[in-house]
Amino acid sequence: MNSRDLVLGRLRAALAADPPTTTGAVPRDYRQSGALDLDRLVQRLTDYRAQVHRAAEDTVAETIAALLPSGATVVVPPGLPAGWLPPTVTVLPDTGLDNRQIGAADAVVTAAAVAVAETGTVVLDGSPDQGRRVISLLPDRHVCVVRAGQVVATVPEALTRLVPHRPLTWISGPSATSDIELNRVEGVHGPRTLHVVLLS
Amino acid sequence: MPATAPAGVGHLRGTESFPRAARRALADPQLRRNLGHATTTIRAKSAAVIDELPDWAQLRAAGSAIKTDVLARLPELLVQLEAKVTEAGGVVHWAADANDANRIVTDLVRATGSDRVIKVKSMATQEIGLNEALAAAGIEPVETDLAELIVQLGDDRPSHILVPAIHRNRAEIREIFLRAMPGVDPALTDEPAALAAVARRYLRQTFLSTRVAVSGANFAVAQTGTLAVVESEGNGRMCLTLPETLITVMGIEKVVPTWQDLEVFLQLLPRASTGERMNPYTSMWTGVTSGDGPQAFHLVLLDNGRSAVLADRTGRQALHCIRCSACLNVCPVYERTGGHAYGSVYPGPIGAVLSPQLTGVADNASLPYASSLCGACYDACPVGINIPELLVHLRDQVPHPRAEATAMAAAGYTMDRPRLYEAAQRATRLGRLAGRRGRGLPPPLTGWTASRDLPEPPEQTFRQWWAQR
Repeated sequence: MNSRDLVLGRLRAALAADPPTTTGAVPRDYRQSGALDLDRLVQRLTDYRAQVHRAAEDTVAETIAALLPSGATVVVPPGLPAGWLPPTVTVLPDTGLDNRQIGAADAVVTAAAVAVAETGTVVLDGSPDQGRRVISLLPDRHVCVVRAGQVVATVPEALTRLVPHRPLTWISGPSATSDIELNRVEGVHGPRTLHVVLLS
Repeated sequence: MPATAPAGVGHLRGTESFPRAARRALADPQLRRNLGHATTTIRAKSAAVIDELPDWAQLRAAGSAIKTDVLARLPELLVQLEAKVTEAGGVVHWAADANDANRIVTDLVRATGSDRVIKVKSMATQEIGLNEALAAAGIEPVETDLAELIVQLGDDRPSHILVPAIHRNRAEIREIFLRAMPGVDPALTDEPAALAAVARRYLRQTFLSTRVAVSGANFAVAQTGTLAVVESEGNGRMCLTLPETLITVMGIEKVVPTWQDLEVFLQLLPRASTGERMNPYTSMWTGVTSGDGPQAFHLVLLDNGRSAVLADRTGRQALHCIRCSACLNVCPVYERTGGHAYGSVYPGPIGAVLSPQLTGVADNASLPYASSLCGACYDACPVGINIPELLVHLRDQVPHPRAEATAMAAAGYTMDRPRLYEAAQRATRLGRLAGRRGRGLPPPLTGWTASRDLPEPPEQTFRQWWAQR
């Protein structure tokens, strides 16, 4: 008998010997949506040490220029709107960059799939304007551009907007640990600086 | 005969009883200071973010109901999960116990030709002793979670489900790094930021050059085949995306039925565990994605005693646990003894009911007694596991000393016979003559009065007073 049959057999026997009595209907009385509040997104992101900047579609480039030193090397996903990038930076489109190149870059700029105001979270889903997961992981600075229309109030709403099969990365601030005496310390692995540019 | 976790492998059994191990832990003032500080801090943070939510009670109710449903349909959900993961390009393996799982993982790593693996923190792999099994096979496991790294370099054992190195303070951690981490600057301070920076540098090269990673999983969605790992530091993201091969070891009880169900647990877990609205990074993946991340994904479904827990109608709610550690953080016993005293990688209140069920109660007979039954754990649990009920249920099952059973039978005999009972009551008044110092109970009941005073018997029994009034 292989392990699969063994395990399934044990589980079925366990349940048959002592069948559960409850009906299994799940009460969903928790909030499944909420009033959208962009200021809350800003406040919650800031609370967890992301830096938030407000801009418009036509001022993204200058906003990003102010965040990065002149000549900074910036990895970008192939589908990122070209108009977002200022001429002051050196653009490295990810057409199959190797990890060394990505890790050596000063920053990465991506779009987002959805943002959650209540928790101060942005979610990337690997779409062409967000790119492979590695490009938002290795550089030390991540600039994430979020459109106001992508912001939802609650986690349940975010899940309805996300496609399960895509590789998803939920980001709520720069990397941190509380393993040393429960002191929260930013920047272990993963970008130590997270900028969120919120477009309205 | 339910199949419990086998002995001789893994870390579910201690070498001494809880009272003995606890006594030693209690005598360590550094440990007590570390634990007191840690648990007080997390409790406050967690309470603050939970208070922000108007629907915490409703989320708990949903979480509990979802987990109850999961266990009721566990075989079919696992089969569905297997189908969806396979459809998406992953390979699913079933491990009946720790030895089985260790063999599967070791063989998978060997097949890649790699002699090193990077690991994301996984309680399941600690439970089965995977690191030891890999090392015995000539494969070097590198823990990448900061706390697990501290534990590994310190040649130590984890003492908490969420913050495994909580028993170490910054000075001890600095010392461990200086001693065991190659290439560390001797001028290293014990500032947490400096220590974290050292870990970052040390592991960066390892992340970029290791071809195989081993992880656990917080949740697996049967409906879609999606797995989720919840973390803070980014080492999870590193391990889940950089290597060519990813092997995930997951306890079978971690499956959830639908994508929608994640909305409940993604709210319960961060707030109950680290006291955050959301943890820094959560990664979700389904099988293999071409051109992004590992191109070989293996999911190892682990039983190792869980089917034995499922067989107990009362006990099975211990499988609802989402490993948040809220119960550890509120437990007055854990706060004073720390995790090592429990002898299992699952310590604290949940450990006291899960470890004995996974191993069979005889192998962890003292754990259900490692509690004052205050019930704080039940209040704190985000999925509403009735741990006190389980503790009492398990106390009933552990082997009891003959003398205790005899004494209980004698008491029962006496209480069944009113005249005999009255006579016994009158006899206790003789205790007044014994005076304070003599008024302990005789063996085998001396334990009761070792730390409690017996009340002074009254001059008359109630029945005597009633008859005379």
